Amino acid sequence: MGAAAELTRPRPGPMVPASFTVTGKRQETADTWTLELEPRDGARLEFAPGQFTMLSAFGAGEVPISISGDPGGGPLVHTVRAVGLATAAICAAKPGEALGVRGPFGRPWPLEELEGADVLVVAGGIGLAPLRPAILALLAGQERYGRLRLLYGGRAPDQLLYTAELEEWSARGMEVAVTVDSAGPEWLGHVGVVPRLVHRARFDPDSAGALLCGPEVMMRFTVSALAQAGLTSERVRASMERNMQCGTAHCGHCQLGPTLVCRDGPVYAWSELERWLAVREL
Amino acid sequence: MSESASHTLERQDFDELFGALARRGYTVVGPTVRDQAIVYEEIASSAELPIGWTDEQEAGHYRLRRREDAALFGYNVGPHSWKRYQLPPEVRLWRARRDADGGLTELEPEPRTAPRYAFLGARSCELHAMGILDRVLLGGAHTDPADRARREDVLVIAVQCAQAGNTCFCSSMGTGPTAESGFDIALTEVLEQDRHYFVLEVGSERGGELLGELRHAPAGQHERAAASAAHDRAAAQMGRELDVTDIRDLLYRNLENPRWEEVAERCLSCGNCTMVCPTCFCTSVEDVTDLAGEHVERHQRWDSCFTVDYSHIHGGSVRASTRSRYRQWMTHKLATWIDQFGSSGCVGCGRCIAWCPVGIDITEEARAIRDSEAVGDARP
Amino acid sequence: MSADSNQTPAKQTSAKQTLAVWKFSSCDGCQLSLLDCEDELLALADRLRIAYFLEATSAVAEGPYDISIVEGSITTPHDAERIREVRRQSRTLITIGACATAGGIQALRNFGDVAEFTSIVYASPDFISTLSTSTPISAHVPVDFELNGCPINKVQLLEVIGAHLAGRRPRVRGHSVCVECKRRGTVCVMVAHGTPCLGPVTHAGCGAICPAYDRGCYGCFGPMESPNTAALSARMAELGSEEIDLVRVYRTFNAGSAAFREASEAHEHEPAGGAPA
Repeated sequence: MGAAAELTRPRPGPMVPASFTVTGKRQETADTWTLELEPRDGARLEFAPGQFTMLSAFGAGEVPISISGDPGGGPLVHTVRAVGLATAAICAAKPGEALGVRGPFGRPWPLEELEGADVLVVAGGIGLAPLRPAILALLAGQERYGRLRLLYGGRAPDQLLYTAELEEWSARGMEVAVTVDSAGPEWLGHVGVVPRLVHRARFDPDSAGALLCGPEVMMRFTVSALAQAGLTSERVRASMERNMQCGTAHCGHCQLGPTLVCRDGPVYAWSELERWLAVREL
Repeated sequence: MSESASHTLERQDFDELFGALARRGYTVVGPTVRDQAIVYEEIASSAELPIGWTDEQEAGHYRLRRREDAALFGYNVGPHSWKRYQLPPEVRLWRARRDADGGLTELEPEPRTAPRYAFLGARSCELHAMGILDRVLLGGAHTDPADRARREDVLVIAVQCAQAGNTCFCSSMGTGPTAESGFDIALTEVLEQDRHYFVLEVGSERGGELLGELRHAPAGQHERAAASAAHDRAAAQMGRELDVTDIRDLLYRNLENPRWEEVAERCLSCGNCTMVCPTCFCTSVEDVTDLAGEHVERHQRWDSCFTVDYSHIHGGSVRASTRSRYRQWMTHKLATWIDQFGSSGCVGCGRCIAWCPVGIDITEEARAIRDSEAVGDARP
Repeated sequence: MSADSNQTPAKQTSAKQTLAVWKFSSCDGCQLSLLDCEDELLALADRLRIAYFLEATSAVAEGPYDISIVEGSITTPHDAERIREVRRQSRTLITIGACATAGGIQALRNFGDVAEFTSIVYASPDFISTLSTSTPISAHVPVDFELNGCPINKVQLLEVIGAHLAGRRPRVRGHSVCVECKRRGTVCVMVAHGTPCLGPVTHAGCGAICPAYDRGCYGCFGPMESPNTAALSARMAELGSEEIDLVRVYRTFNAGSAAFREASEAHEHEPAGGAPA
C-alpha cells in the first residue's frame, strides 16, 4: 500500500525532539529526581510557568512532564517520578547523557490575571513540580501581587519535594504551610490533608486566586474548602493530567470533555472543568 | 454553479482524464473493486473503475450488486476513505542513531518519494471530511510539515452523488449530497438511452487547466437539467437522518443517559467505526528500537478511543468501561468536536453504521437519546 | 520500600543478560519461532547469552536467568512442580503462545473426562500421570508478560525481547484484530461477505492474516482486552451460525481462556434428558 509505506518527512517539525544534555541531577524522594538540562544546539527553551514538554530517554518512550525551572533564566528543569519504564529511564539518565525534548506545549498559569490579588498556591505530592515556575515568577514580581501563600501536602515527610527551597521561599516572603498525611515523632509540622490548611489560610476571598496541582481527589476537596472560604471556582486554576502523546493536539488521547489537555490545558479554570469532572469515566 | 463553469465530457473521452493527469505527474487514486467491495487504490484507466457495479448497504451489511447499466460511479462510499492518504495508518515520524552518551543523531530523512496524488471520485461528504481533517492537523498552533506536505499537491476530482445509500445521512449533516467547493473538478455522471456523459464543474484554476486538455463542450440546458435531476435524486434517496438541532447540548445533558449502557451491551469495542470514519484522527505515538539498541524510530499509528490503552494514565484507564468509550466516541463526533475544532466531526457518510460488525447505528443512538428527553418532558 | 530504592533505577541496557527457554506441554511451534529469529539473535550476542535452550543447544548453563521464555501449558503434576522451579530461577518470566497463555488446544480436555480419554487411547492407562485440566502458566506462578498467539508472531517476539533489553514497554497491544485489518486496508469479511469472524473479540498481533485471505479470524491470538463475545455470537447467529457452531468456534487453541470458555459454554445445551452421569 503506497500510503502506508510512505515513511518520509520534511524536517524538523514539532514531532522531532531536540537533544538536551543532563547537566545537573538531584534526588528529591525515593522515586523522584530533578534533572537540569541544557540544549545541545544552545537555544534556550523559552516557556511560561505551567507549560510542559514531551521528554524522552533513548528508545524508552516519551512522556509529558511539566517544566519546573525558573522562567526567568537558567537550565530547563524537570522533576520526574519513576512510575513506569519511560519515566524510570529518564530518571536513570546520568549527567552528561542526553534526553530528547519537544515543546513547550500547553496553556500556562495566568499569572498576569492575578496581579493585585492574594495568591494561594496549593500542591499535593509531585504536584508542586508544575507550580515551582509559578512560585518563582510570583516571588520575582511579588510587589505586583498581594499575599503569597503556599499550602503543600505530601504523604510523608520524605515524600516532599524541594525541601531546601521551601525555607528559601518562606524567607523571600511567601507564607509556606506544609502538611503530611502521616509522620513519625520527629516531624514537628502539620499532619493531615491539604484542604484542611485552606481553612487556616488568610486571604481576601473576593479577589484572591488559587493555583492547584495534585491528585484529582485532593484538588476536588481543596476546591470545596476554597468555596467554603468564599473563593469561587472561576478563580481557582488547576493543572490536569491525561494521556498526552503528541503535545500538538493531533493524537486525541488527552481529551477531557470538550477540551484537549495538551492544547486547552494543562492549566484550566476549575469552573471550566467541574461539569466534566463530575461525570465518571469521562 | 455558474453556467459558464459547466461543461460536458463524453464517456468515450473519459480516459483522456487519466492521460492528462499522468502527463502532469499525478498518481490517480480512485474507486475499484477488490475483495467484493469498492475500495480506493491506485488506478490507471477507467477500465479499473467499478463499471456497472453498485453497493447495497445497511447497518452491519455491505454487498456489491450488478447494475443494469455501465455507470462508472453508480455507488456510494465504501470501507476506505481518503484519510488513508491524509493521515496514513502508520507513519515513521523520525529515525535516529544512538550516540555513546544516549543522545540521538537524527538520520537524514530519505528524499520525499510519496507520489503526487489525484483523488478521483471523492464525494461531497468526503470533501467535507478532508476539510475537517485539515482543520485538525493543519489548523492549530503546531503543524507537522509532513502532514502539510501530504496535502499540498493533491488534486481532487469530485463525483456528485446521483443516488444515496441506505446508510447515508449527509443531508442531515449539511455536507451533501452535492459538493459546492473543495474540488478542482466535479463530475456528474449522466446515463441516457443512447448517451453516457459527464457534466463538469470547474472549482479551481488547476481544474480549468486540466479541463483544457480534455475534449469537452459547453453544457447545454438539457445537460445541466439532467445533472441537477441527478443531484435531486440523491437528496431524495437519503437513507437515514440525524436531527442535529441543539445536538451538542443535547448530548452534554445526557452523559448519564441509560442508553449508553444499552449500546454497550451490543458494542464490541472493536474500533471498526473509528477506523472507517473519514475524520477520526486519533493516533498513538510509540518508540521502536532495534534489538541491538543502536537505532530508534518513533512511529505514529491509527489508534482508537475504543481501546483500553487510549485513555491510560498512571493508575489505570480513565475510560475502563465500553459504555464510557462508546459515549466518548459519539459525543466527540457530534458534540465536543464542535468545541474543539469548530464543526461537527461527523459528515453523515454512514461508514460507521455499515462497517460496524453488529450494526450499531449512530443515527439511531442519537435519536434514542433525543426521544428519551421527550419522554422525560412528558412526565409530570 | 526496598533497601536499594534510593539508588538510581538500573538501566536494563547496561549488562549482558542470560536467556533461558523452557518447554511444557506444547507442539514446539513457538520455540521454532524463536529459532527462526537466529539472524536477529546473533546480532545480540554481546547483549544476550542463551543459557538454556534445549531445542537449540545441549549446552546448559546454571541459573538464575535474567529472562525465561516459557512455552507450553501445565498438564502433569510434574510440570506443576517444574514451573515453580523455573519461576524461582528467573528474574523476568515471559510466556509465549496459546498453550502457555491459555492452556492451548489440549485445554479441550477441560471440557471432557480425561480418565475416559486415557482409557480409550492408551493400552495401559495406569502408566499415564496427567492432570484433568490443561492450564496456562499464569494459573501456577506470576508471569511478567504474556505473548499470545498460536503460534506467536516472530516480529512480536523480537519486539518483546528488544523492549525488555531497552527497558521500554513492548509495543504489543490488546485491542481487536479489526484494528489491524483496517490499518492494512482489508475489506471486512463479516460485513462485506457475511463470513463469521472472531476478529472483533480477538487479540491483535498476527497482523490480521486470515481476513486478508478471505477467511474469518479463528481467534488464534485469544481474547482481546475487552471481548464482548455475547454480542458477536448473537450477530453470528443472525448470519446463520447454529448453536453448535457457536460452541466450536471458540473451542480451538484458546478454548481454555476465560472469555472463550464462557462464550462456548453459553451455547452448549445439554441433550434432552440431562447430562450423562
